Amino acid sequence: MSYIYIIPIETSPLFWFEPLTAGIFRAFGMRTKCVKFSMDISKAFDPLRQQYNSSHLLSRLIDRPLADADKVLGVAEVDLFIPILTFVFGEAQLEGPGAIVSTHRLNNKFYGLPENQTLLAQRIVKESLHELGHTFGLLHCSSPGCVLNSSTYVEDIDQKSEELCPQCQQQINIT
Amino acid sequence: MKPSDIGILIVDDEASVRDALFKWFKFDGYRVDTAEDATIALQKLQANLWDIVLLDIKMPGMDGLELQRRIKQIDKSIITIIITAFASVDTSIQALKEGAFDYIVKPVDPDDMSHLIRNAVEQRRLIYENIQLRQQIEEISFPEEIVGESPALKKVMEKVSTVAQTDSTVMIRGESGTGKELIARAIHSNSNRRYFPIITINCGAYTEGLLESELFGHEKGAFTGALYRRRGKLEMADKGTIFLDEIGNIGHKMQMDLLRVIETREFTRLGGDRVVNVDFRVICATNRDLEKAVREGSFREDLYYRLNVFSITLPLLRERKSDIALIARFFIKKYAQSMNKNVSDLSPETLEVLLRYEWPGNVRELRNVIERAIVVAKGNFIEVNDLSFPSPATVKTTEEDSLEEIEKSQIKKILDRTGGNIAQAANILKISRLTLYNKIEKYQLKK
Repeated sequence: MSYIYIIPIETSPLFWFEPLTAGIFRAFGMRTKCVKFSMDISKAFDPLRQQYNSSHLLSRLIDRPLADADKVLGVAEVDLFIPILTFVFGEAQLEGPGAIVSTHRLNNKFYGLPENQTLLAQRIVKESLHELGHTFGLLHCSSPGCVLNSSTYVEDIDQKSEELCPQCQQQINIT
Repeated sequence: MKPSDIGILIVDDEASVRDALFKWFKFDGYRVDTAEDATIALQKLQANLWDIVLLDIKMPGMDGLELQRRIKQIDKSIITIIITAFASVDTSIQALKEGAFDYIVKPVDPDDMSHLIRNAVEQRRLIYENIQLRQQIEEISFPEEIVGESPALKKVMEKVSTVAQTDSTVMIRGESGTGKELIARAIHSNSNRRYFPIITINCGAYTEGLLESELFGHEKGAFTGALYRRRGKLEMADKGTIFLDEIGNIGHKMQMDLLRVIETREFTRLGGDRVVNVDFRVICATNRDLEKAVREGSFREDLYYRLNVFSITLPLLRERKSDIALIARFFIKKYAQSMNKNVSDLSPETLEVLLRYEWPGNVRELRNVIERAIVVAKGNFIEVNDLSFPSPATVKTTEEDSLEEIEKSQIKKILDRTGGNIAQAANILKISRLTLYNKIEKYQLKK
């Protein structure tokens, strides 16, 4: 049996792990394992931007082979970027093993708003399912409620559901 | 257009930028490829079709500006987006002036990137739709066929072909029914203005005041009954062609106004003060002797020279008798189809009559005769009895006709020409008025 491994990076999974596990099972029918391992993320840090290079962190994540891991999802508290863009919510390999999400800009605190743990957990679940969807070969979906719909603002994430639309489900053969 | 129909090429010497953009667009479902320099980019542009090219302004070797110029030479409809760092904004502005769709300064907000690409894709879709629509116009824009193979008509069509490619003003001369409007449409359809309208106005059908309003339009309240602003035909012809039929019939004031518009391509609507600029090509037509009108002072000489840059004179139908059979059969096919009648041809005797007839009304008259004949025809062929001519005396006489028949025909012709004026007709026929009256009574001709 293979699992989706969840790896917290510079963060604690206390309040979002259960909802994420449930969300992954609902969306992909797979069970999860949470693994903590130490990872030196300093090499991914860009001092000019004060952000972490998402692609570097992703390649570090999948560096360590895990025997029964079908997919690996890193959940980081740090702010992520890719060159050319000011930030990313996450990154994934299309039909590959690895994905990473950042909770940094999903947190109301970043926008100067009162913190909301429930809302943060929902956002983490949606972003994670979105990036994991790419690892299963799904592209962005034009259906507004589908979790694979592209989001460039955190409000966009709030608008969509935690579900894959029927077409996306069909594409990855989930009934 | 689906995302997979759109090809995006990313040209940047930084691998991290190429990889990041590649994934970004791949996830949106676009067809994507990358190139690390201009040389490879040009190879990929030759090898495949691309809709959008993102190119870094600063690259080793050929820079982004030069690459953009080359891209526009390959296909000027390709959307180019410049990627630049802050220090290169001036060059980016230069790139915009040379046709770039937009530029992005690294790093760019994901939402801005998303909007930019969406807008670029929409622009590409519109360009593509425009190309398709133009192709459709090419296919359907042929005017009613100009039928004939006579040397006289061939000469006319050669002139049409020559002048169509230019923007010169054309004066089409010809009697009523010779096909002046058809020729005007043929010139327009073969010109660079064919994607824009040809607007026709019959100058002889309006009073001077109404013609002014028709041509220039009017503002609300310009005169009693002007409840709304109305665009005139000159405005409607913008980028296209204005066809001024019966130009010889316009009054002095209109001649002056028209001369000014043709020279300046500017006018104001009636009752307005805002200058309207238009770009149009002028084709005009007349059956009047304009040279005589200029000599007599009823037509302005300066306007005459402005309009008479290129002249095409249409032959009378009787001057191209070899086309009569062809034209008749063309109309037989057209009207038999529309009336759902099984008429396919003319009998030999009918053709003989058509060839003998003088056709004062030219092709229009032939069309009317055929149309009427098809209505009454009973069999597959139009017979002589099916024909009905408005001016039977203009059937040309033959060697078999008697002296009386020839005399009757000639008197009738002259009376028709003079509009029944006995004095003039007698003068032309070189007989006295009394003799003419007697002959009219003898042959039971109407005065």
